[in-house]
Amino acid sequence: MSLLEQQLAAGRFVVTAEIAPPKGTDVASALATARAFAGVMAVNVTDNQGANMRMCPLAVAALLVREGIEPILQLTCRDRNRMALQSDLLGASALGVENVLVLSGDHARFGDHPGAKSVFDLDSVQLLQVVNGLMAGHDMAGKPLAGIPRFFAGAAVTPEAEPFELMFQKFAKKVENGARFFQTQAVFDAVKLERFIAVARPLGVPVLLGVLLLKNARMARFLNDNIPGVRVPAQLIDRLEQAARPLDEGVAIAREMVAAARLHCQGVHLMTLGCEERIPEILGM
Amino acid sequence: MIISEQKSKEELLQVLDGKTRLFLVGCAACATACKAGGEEEVFKVQEWLASIGKEVTGSVVIDEACHIMRAARDLRQHKGQVEEAEALLVLACGAGIQSISSSTDQRVIGGLNSLFLGNIRRFGQYEEKCSLCGECILNETAGICPVTTCAKGLLNGPCGGMEEGKCEADREIDCAWHLIFERLKKQGRPGVFRRPVPPKDWGKKRKPGRHSIR
Repeated sequence: MSLLEQQLAAGRFVVTAEIAPPKGTDVASALATARAFAGVMAVNVTDNQGANMRMCPLAVAALLVREGIEPILQLTCRDRNRMALQSDLLGASALGVENVLVLSGDHARFGDHPGAKSVFDLDSVQLLQVVNGLMAGHDMAGKPLAGIPRFFAGAAVTPEAEPFELMFQKFAKKVENGARFFQTQAVFDAVKLERFIAVARPLGVPVLLGVLLLKNARMARFLNDNIPGVRVPAQLIDRLEQAARPLDEGVAIAREMVAAARLHCQGVHLMTLGCEERIPEILGM
Repeated sequence: MIISEQKSKEELLQVLDGKTRLFLVGCAACATACKAGGEEEVFKVQEWLASIGKEVTGSVVIDEACHIMRAARDLRQHKGQVEEAEALLVLACGAGIQSISSSTDQRVIGGLNSLFLGNIRRFGQYEEKCSLCGECILNETAGICPVTTCAKGLLNGPCGGMEEGKCEADREIDCAWHLIFERLKKQGRPGVFRRPVPPKDWGKKRKPGRHSIR
């Protein structure tokens, strides 16, 4: 059983963070970032995030395992068909990777290979079913596996998405089809978070709140304009604008979201984008 | 119908590869309707070719260029002009171009890019609604195809990029799943939301497709 699964089962407040594989073969800086995370229990390894080509997350996740750091392997449906997804999952298991975060994947149009053919042979709900099938000892074709993998599969949710009801039915479908934990898109609105948690809680699946460190007002506006599902309220942008040291204000905002997570969620997923040294402050350690 | 558009003049010049005597072929079906390769466009291309010093040995607009036998017959009827030409310039969709290329050993140059199977909103405005996937799910999705109109072709609801019911890949267009959700709600039925939709059987979309009604 992965540490993440154990801690969530034990009701501990869990902290995760993320690293991006390098564009190239030099993994030193990604691994150094992972090593330096303070108070973080498991580290997501992103999968060609934003549809920008990088080293495969499976390799980086395996390197983390070797370092004694627990990875959460992100696996998107954009770049692999059902055969590649299953073989990557089996490979992940052989390399000691247990946590997987199953995602649809950002559209290739916005990345650095806009001419790439997007795959989407499966969607995230179907991939969750596949993960569970592998754990039950068979592949999608029903063929038995020699050596059965063990995964702790999670999925993503955008609690602020509208229409809410439609977003929520997808969330519920992921739960029904084997999502054992959720990491959310960055949330900045505690009221909207509460609305989501009120209906999500009865489903009984741990939710790790996405907390993104805002570095300044410009970044907040950029997120609003360019990142799907992320909405920084005007009032927070004002705070960043008026602050003498915007990054400190961003840390304060992140702390508030962590505090909201302590009330409503089972953990946080931190996105600190190069300011990893501020994590202890954000966590109030 | 098949939506197509003419290649740019620059690209046409490139694909003409210095050939100076050309036989022109148009199509009276889809390529005419989307003003890419009908009578009028064949005439305009002919004028353009003349203006850049090319010779057009003749032309024909085939009723449906995708009809292999008909295309072959129409070419035979223009045998002399076809043989006189160094190449045939075809203003038809990819299917039409290949009816022609399978009917002659002469060099065939395609002058159009084929875009998609399209519905017509109004003249000159086309929308892709069906991608001919071989396994229709429309009865469950309130007559809105997610395979085609969801930018990711997702089968179990919207992705995390949906915002205010708009698509992640293009904020100008509605999220297909939002439309499906709203219409099913209006009809008072759960439809596709009743079950997890299993992975598509892409084996049903044979490549290359073949179908015989006998």
